[in-house]
Amino acid sequence: MQKVELHINGFTRTLLVNAHETLLDTLREQLNLTGTKRGCDQASCGSCTVLLDGTPVLSCITPTIRCDGHNILTIEGIGVNGHLHPVQERLASDGGLQCGFCTPGVVMTAVPFLQENPNATDEDIKEALSGNLCRCTGYKKIIQAVRHAAEDLRHG
Amino acid sequence: MGKVIGKPTPLIDAVQKVTGKAMYTDDFKFPNMVYVGLHRSPHAHAKIMSIDTSVAAAHPGIKAVITGKDIPIAFGVLPISPDETAMAVDKVRYVGEIVAAVAGETPEAARAGADLIRVSYKPIKNFITPDESLVECSEDEKIHQHTKNSKNIHKIADLSFNDPKDGIASSSFTRSVDFKFAGVTHAFTEPHSTIAVWNGDESLLVITATQVPHYLHRTLSKVLDIPLHKIQVKKPALGGGFGGKSDPFPHEMITSKLAILTNRPVKCTLTREEVFLTNHGRHPTEMTMSVGCDADGKITALDTDIVIDGGAYGSFGVVTAYYNGVLLQGPYKIDRFGFITRRVYTNKPQSGAMRGHGAVNPRYAVEVVLDMLAHDVGMDPCDFRQQNFLSENTKTVGELRITSNGIRECLETVRRKSGWDDRYGKLPNGHGLGVACGFFISGSALPIIWNRYPQTVVHAKLDFDGRIVMFSGASDIGQGSDTMLVQIAAEELGISMSRVQVEVADTKLTPVDLGSYSSRVTFMVGNAAKQAVDKIRHQIAASVGNEKSVPREAIQFADERVFTDDGKLNLTWDEAVDIAMAGRGAFVESGFYISPKLGGKFKGSGAGLSPAYSFGAFIAEVKVDPMTGQVSVIKVWGAHDCGKALNPLSVEGQIEGSIHMGLGQVVSEDMRYHNGRLLNANFWDYRIPMTLDTPEMDVTIIESNDGEGPYGAKEAGEGPIHPVLPAIGNAIYDAVGIRMTELPITPDKVLTELRKGGQQ
Repeated sequence: MQKVELHINGFTRTLLVNAHETLLDTLREQLNLTGTKRGCDQASCGSCTVLLDGTPVLSCITPTIRCDGHNILTIEGIGVNGHLHPVQERLASDGGLQCGFCTPGVVMTAVPFLQENPNATDEDIKEALSGNLCRCTGYKKIIQAVRHAAEDLRHG
Repeated sequence: MGKVIGKPTPLIDAVQKVTGKAMYTDDFKFPNMVYVGLHRSPHAHAKIMSIDTSVAAAHPGIKAVITGKDIPIAFGVLPISPDETAMAVDKVRYVGEIVAAVAGETPEAARAGADLIRVSYKPIKNFITPDESLVECSEDEKIHQHTKNSKNIHKIADLSFNDPKDGIASSSFTRSVDFKFAGVTHAFTEPHSTIAVWNGDESLLVITATQVPHYLHRTLSKVLDIPLHKIQVKKPALGGGFGGKSDPFPHEMITSKLAILTNRPVKCTLTREEVFLTNHGRHPTEMTMSVGCDADGKITALDTDIVIDGGAYGSFGVVTAYYNGVLLQGPYKIDRFGFITRRVYTNKPQSGAMRGHGAVNPRYAVEVVLDMLAHDVGMDPCDFRQQNFLSENTKTVGELRITSNGIRECLETVRRKSGWDDRYGKLPNGHGLGVACGFFISGSALPIIWNRYPQTVVHAKLDFDGRIVMFSGASDIGQGSDTMLVQIAAEELGISMSRVQVEVADTKLTPVDLGSYSSRVTFMVGNAAKQAVDKIRHQIAASVGNEKSVPREAIQFADERVFTDDGKLNLTWDEAVDIAMAGRGAFVESGFYISPKLGGKFKGSGAGLSPAYSFGAFIAEVKVDPMTGQVSVIKVWGAHDCGKALNPLSVEGQIEGSIHMGLGQVVSEDMRYHNGRLLNANFWDYRIPMTLDTPEMDVTIIESNDGEGPYGAKEAGEGPIHPVLPAIGNAIYDAVGIRMTELPITPDKVLTELRKGGQQ
């Protein structure tokens, strides 16, 4: 076991973790942050995406000990003061989800992407979300929702 | 009508889902919970000689070990084929079958314990392909003892009307083509997961990712020998089903048994590899499709010979066997019609029900053959189809009752939108358009478990707080059935959706519903929900009418008010509720749905009966690279007749999701085996379309307003998948002149056909 300090959603936690423990296990099993989903545990579906120092990573293949001292943002940390982020708002309002299991991973991929690419085209959005497996929607309404969120963000 | 119904409506749980707050089964934890480890067979077919659990049982943290003999009672989702046990008893029938299970203090301990179970096997001859299973074998080689004729045939389903073989032989044009379809699986994103809690009053709580709490309720009672009234099955948020969570599953029984034995809460969540091994996906299929038509392109007869690969157990396979045939009776009028389907057992993970159940593969075959006939006759493939459509309000040759039918409008719509008449056959080499149609049941008219109960009951409760609570056993699996319940209550009572809440999919709280499969929920549960809230409205109208001395028939409900048009009565909803509460308090009203009696009197007449059928027509545009054989689907136009779209946002989502799933099966998805071992039990090797593979989609909802559906609604969740695959197959022909008869259509197969020269 090793001691790590994780800055998660703006709060610092000190934890003991196993050397082989993944960030996904730490979040879900130790910290009860169950918004981050385990779809495959093989880095193939994107459901477990979280931000490590602002960059999307797959928490199922991220060793927790590598996160020592770093900032982690999970789906629970998205949105301010109970308000939804435009990406969340648009996914909800525009039919960009059905079963919802892939949705936290989509949000955690799209939010930093739009921050860096406020004028993203549909092709850019498809590229950005190309690692997020959704079996329900056919992606069309996800891509539309992210495009609409980009417009919302641009127009403040 | 139309304040809520018919408006694009976000799902009522959408905010929970985008914030990560929605609780799926694996998100629940209970104090003092233990975890399941499963020991699976490395053999495809072998006799179990002995099982040594002593080392596992002594391992630190292992609280219980069980084997097949601890839960020996057989089950099956169809009462006619209970051929499975929770764990293998005496022999294993596929690589990955569960042989033993442990409960451990941690997931790691449980895994370690499961690995320490020692099983000695004596291999039996493997039957991996349907061909092998169709050959006679010795009694002790048979996969199941109940199979017939010394072969591994599970079920033969056949029907024949008006001598179709003779009809084909005497037709002006005939085509008889062999097709082969790989097995595909649901690949929902949420792995199977179950939590069981054994309560102090000897009742069992099971929280589980299921599409059908009711069948699990019944099956747990049977295999664990616990009275029905002591079992509570609850479905929390569920991460996709597509048919793959509709059987009662071994891990659900094992988890429950371990909860009883350890007297502690128990959790079991499968790994992705285990989800693939659990399968129950679409049957690998081989068929010969024969169709004839006359010189004017009128279809004269259809006859087909089908073998479906059921894998090791029955699942829904008897129904699948029938659906492969009977659902070819539309959307075209075919008077001479026949099929035979043989479902074989093989030593592979079992096949079952998957979106479009039983009808997807034969739909591909028949639509490709019709395309060939259209070319033989020299007709445009759209014109050819158009002149063969069934009408509204008719019966098929097998006595399926067709009521509303929007197929003509569907085809006209995609034909116009795609620019078909100007573009078909005229695109540059390598580019092509293809068309296909389909139809599907809106729920099965006959329940799986025969009884005289309704197919669904919905309760609606009104209390002093002005809130309506809808109690339904219907399982929202992402398709939006919870939202539909709320929409219907809000519509009927003229209140906002925020006043309506749901209690759903809980066998202790909610009346029985037969589950989310066979596209039954909107039609059946929608009708029952409407009936229940209509009774609430009548109750309120009666109370208010009495108290205010206005005729109850004149009382209107809209915009959160209860009023008469003449202005004499003008109450807020809360004032009206207050009057309705007087002298009795909260009350519950009940609605139900029973299908009308349908069908003919012949054996097998029950298969495919439905109170309504959806219809659809799709056109696909593809690009085929002649150098690499790569097929790219550029655009799909889809028009689907769902009767009435109660929530157009959800209906569009179902059609778009169907395009996705159809695309996967037609170009890439393929469960590949070597000696019975699944080679690609992960998302890296089992290729599902991602965003970059997604074509442009142009979706049109056609509303034929069914006379018996709630507000005219029919299904939209499964029907739209059927035309997707053959539209793409036919577009490949238009692009490069080859007929693809084996799915998935991978580049190697395209190149092989191109080298043969194409132009059949």
